[in-house]
Amino acid sequence: MLRVEHLSKSFGGVRATRDVSIDFPDGSLTAIIGPNGAGKTTFFNLISGHVRPDEGRVLFDGTDIVGLSSLEVVRRGMARAFQVASLFPSLTVREALTAAVISHQHRSWRVLARFPSRDAQARADEIMDLLGLGPKAQVLSANLSHGDQKLLDIGLALAMDPKVLLLDEPTAGMGTEERWRMIGKVQALWEARKMTVVFIEHDMDIVFRIAQTIHVLKYGAVLAQGTPDEIRRNRDVIDAYLGTDHGLSETVGEA
Amino acid sequence: MRPGPLRSGLLPSGLLRDLALALAALAVFLAVPVVFPQPALRDFLIYFFAYGLLAMSLNLLVGLTGLVSFGHAAYFASGAYVFGLLMQSGRVSIPVATLAAVGGTALLALVIGAICVRLKEIYFSFITLAFQMFIHSIIVTWVGLTGGDQGLRGGIPRPPILGLDLNDARTLYGTCVVVFVVCILAMRQVSQSPFGYTLRLIRDNPARANFLGVNVVLMKLGIFVFAGAMASVGGVLLALFVSGAYPEFAFWTTSGEAIFMIMLGGMKLFLGPLVGTLLLQTLNHFVTIYTEYHGLVLGSVILLIVLGLRRGLADYLYDWLQDRRARRAPSPPVPEPVVKSRPV
Repeated sequence: MLRVEHLSKSFGGVRATRDVSIDFPDGSLTAIIGPNGAGKTTFFNLISGHVRPDEGRVLFDGTDIVGLSSLEVVRRGMARAFQVASLFPSLTVREALTAAVISHQHRSWRVLARFPSRDAQARADEIMDLLGLGPKAQVLSANLSHGDQKLLDIGLALAMDPKVLLLDEPTAGMGTEERWRMIGKVQALWEARKMTVVFIEHDMDIVFRIAQTIHVLKYGAVLAQGTPDEIRRNRDVIDAYLGTDHGLSETVGEA
Repeated sequence: MRPGPLRSGLLPSGLLRDLALALAALAVFLAVPVVFPQPALRDFLIYFFAYGLLAMSLNLLVGLTGLVSFGHAAYFASGAYVFGLLMQSGRVSIPVATLAAVGGTALLALVIGAICVRLKEIYFSFITLAFQMFIHSIIVTWVGLTGGDQGLRGGIPRPPILGLDLNDARTLYGTCVVVFVVCILAMRQVSQSPFGYTLRLIRDNPARANFLGVNVVLMKLGIFVFAGAMASVGGVLLALFVSGAYPEFAFWTTSGEAIFMIMLGGMKLFLGPLVGTLLLQTLNHFVTIYTEYHGLVLGSVILLIVLGLRRGLADYLYDWLQDRRARRAPSPPVPEPVVKSRPV
């Protein structure tokens, strides 16, 4: 479904991504972990068309999508949610989701119809139900709790009916209990929709519990990749990341 | 889940309501000169219609899309001049000249907009202002065509349309009412359409809208052209009424007044800018009768509203009503979160 080959990107003198090659099989649930500044978000920016890589290819459904705008990448079926929920403050949950669905339906130009169209709203309601946002349908996005804002952010990406869903730290800024609830929803979503899901996560417990495959980034390069068990036993990862007596470990698992 | 919006028959309920309100407004405006036959009131209202269209169309950019254009009067003036020049040529009827003025202005807005909408925030504002001053300069310097700073002289002929004689003041007023209401209705439809809500996405968060597959630049250009076209209708009405066109129409102060109208009235409610237009027109009208220092009075009122209410008058009333409703109702208007089922 999604394959990244020899992806590199520098900002000034900083090499944010170094020769990263990862294969995300169809229907897989993959975690990207790494200390702060490891280039995880940059990696998402590169594959979602937001930032153009210096080198490498991003193969989506067999075609190279490097050089396409984020708009075209979304249209092909790769949607993303953001580390800091990126919402539409003055719209209600239902309005925002319905408008997103309308965009996905290529109906944003309709001026003679009325908003909301019935089928778009039905689709938005489905997404709200899936995420448990139903009771908040009429709440302004700006007034949602932090957790619900993150959910709505994911909901907006789901409105694109994506084949690949990129989640940048879906549990960022949440307490332990809320984290588990959120990640449970992500897992349920993945099982229900048979999507390819890639997520960035800090919390090791969560990553080891739900991910099929884990890729560890460090200084923009892939340090290790494998199943949770393989990663747990990997010497390099323990040294660089999981160990308790190393400098980098302090960035791990911060709430 | 809540049910979707109620629908009756073929038309969505929102559209039906708007049509009913438009008809009511039409009836009221047409009845005004019957009840109050003073010509001054009629004239006042025609000015209100013309500048109201300018302010309302500008709010499609400012309030709906988040594009603060400082040069919106350019399209107002373009409508007035194209219409006036075509009518003076004596070759076309009023409807044809109007369509040409609106179409020509849309084309002008398309060219200028294609350059402007790529820029963000203050840069957008400044370049729209720059284009307006450019058009103002053309009007002032191209004396042979436009009459320069004297304006289009010699009057604009009003040949009858299908037996309607617009030289009759009442017929002219009635025509202006119909055109005005139809334009407001069109703007209302656009703001309530899927397109209108997509513009709200862009206003709130253009980067995110882009990640949801919205072509932000193209959408902005679309509303820029439509707003320009609607402003030009205001220009046509004014040119038709004053039987001329003047470079002041394209001067930056006209754009500034339109922004004042939006600020005075408010941009949250669809009709807010019309409240502002009425307010500013009334102030202009009465204050100039009593004192030559009308700028001073005007400035004070604007300061009072901006500092006192911190929003437009219509927005203030709306918020006040919402507050009152919320206080009256024992339960909060926002439904409390309900725990549906334990998540996985």
